[in-house]
Amino acid sequence: MSLTGRLSTAIGLFLVAVGLIGWTLMAFLHPGTDGGYTNYTVGHAAGAPVSVELQSVGSIGTGYGDHPTWVSYLQKDPATGKWIHDTSMILPANTVVHMTILNYDSGSPLRNQEWGQVQGTIGNTATLNGKSFKVYNSYTGNGVGHTFAVPSLDVSVPMIGVNGNLTNICGQAPCGSLPHNTITFSFKTGAPGSYNWQCFVPCGLGYLYGNGGGMSTFNYMGGFLKVVA
Amino acid sequence: MTNQSTNSTGQVHHLRRMTIIWVVLSVVGDVLFSIFVAPHVPPGRLSETAANNQNTFNVLMEMAIPVLLGVWVYLSYSLIVWGDKRNASAAFSGAAARTNKTAQVSWIVITSVTILFLAAYGSFAVITEHGSGGGEGPNPAWAPAGALKAETAALVGKATWSPGSKNVLPVQVIGQQWKFTYRYPTFGGFESPQLIVPADTTIAFNVTSLDVIHSFWAYQLDVKADANPGVNDVAFTETKNPGNFIVRCSELCGIWHGSMYNSGKVESQADFENWATTTEAANAANTALLPAFAWTYTPDANGADGGYYNDTNDPYSTVETYGSKQPS
Ligand SMILES: [Cu+2]
Ligand SMILES: [Cu+2]
Repeated sequence: MSLTGRLSTAIGLFLVAVGLIGWTLMAFLHPGTDGGYTNYTVGHAAGAPVSVELQSVGSIGTGYGDHPTWVSYLQKDPATGKWIHDTSMILPANTVVHMTILNYDSGSPLRNQEWGQVQGTIGNTATLNGKSFKVYNSYTGNGVGHTFAVPSLDVSVPMIGVNGNLTNICGQAPCGSLPHNTITFSFKTGAPGSYNWQCFVPCGLGYLYGNGGGMSTFNYMGGFLKVVA
Repeated sequence: MTNQSTNSTGQVHHLRRMTIIWVVLSVVGDVLFSIFVAPHVPPGRLSETAANNQNTFNVLMEMAIPVLLGVWVYLSYSLIVWGDKRNASAAFSGAAARTNKTAQVSWIVITSVTILFLAAYGSFAVITEHGSGGGEGPNPAWAPAGALKAETAALVGKATWSPGSKNVLPVQVIGQQWKFTYRYPTFGGFESPQLIVPADTTIAFNVTSLDVIHSFWAYQLDVKADANPGVNDVAFTETKNPGNFIVRCSELCGIWHGSMYNSGKVESQADFENWATTTEAANAANTALLPAFAWTYTPDANGADGGYYNDTNDPYSTVETYGSKQPS
């Protein structure tokens, strides 16, 4: 092969390699659709508590994008009452947030029972279908499906699972009146800032250590609380 | 060009001048560094380990400054005094370009001695500082006095610590995607997302992971140890005064790696004991559900419990798929 031929082959291969690396990096950095923020500061009177409603589902179904089999959280748009696939919210600072989470997913024992303890909420307590609890033994009942945790605020609440043997378990969000557990708790947003929240149950079914898929993609098992003054 | 630079008297004269400039600049540089920069060099002085490492960095820097200035002074002096703008090629011929045995031998001897000194100094520091805050694996070669005793006792729930006891305090660091949690075997083995340690105490951090590789980096304490699943990586530090420090995961571990940090606290011995006993009581119901304190908890790729519990005590076998069966 001529020198020019060899040179252009080398340069060509180099460009292909650079392209592949770039494409992989971009795919890694932008694995899913970016979630929008639901704004709870609109028309908010200073000092008044804010109510947020979420649901956690075992598989999001075909109505919300490319991964119908993935676990996900959804958020109820306070303006329209519609369930949307946005897991992030804009919240007023130093404000009490009343959370209501409907969990439609089954559960299992926790990898780390630490997440079975309600932490960082007001009174370090939550309610499960109206009954208050502080610790949930994930080896009993239906185990824990997910957690709602804001690590920087030390908030962590287990989402108790529904019976996985039920035939009418929800596989298509939003899940309406299908079997679910209602978990409520309140916490106080701190100083302004961006706080991430995530699930601590390795619920990314079928991925190594259960931490792939919905666990490793923004807007499924985690999001941000943008706390503003 | 004057002929001064080609005779031997001239050379001695130049060397002396260079040496004087170099010594003056080096002294000024080292003094300025030690006054204005040294006290602020990372990682600060929150622990004995951190303080010693800061000292080491400063010693290295104070040795590096004269070396750097030596090169700069020689080059600048040569450019200014011997530079020939009209006839550049002259610099590559003549007596001045011949090898100088004294210069070569001195250069090799001085740099070799410096490097060997640094190697000895660094090794000595790592040994005497019990690993200098770095993870030493499951069988630390440079454990401080009393560490082995405390660690052995911790495993059977018999470790003790109280203000003034001077006992080594074992603390377990558990990495998981994406947070570190901490277990205190000395206080009933409770687990907490908060890391609080007492002042003036030797801490034995026992670092492990429940999933992928993380790395526990308590910056201002100058402790850094990899968190591997199935491995107990031990790192020691000796805390000094109360203060705050930041813990970061320093091994890329997934989507929320960047959020995997928390702030820790060194508290007075009395405050720490108060916090530990209060938390032990508050967490008792959950502590009873945790596995017995162990150095590692083996995760597997399937069950969502990850084998954190013994398989004999596990409603999921290690090969079952998450969600396939409900616990009874
Ligand atoms: Cu989850
Ligand atoms: Cu990590």
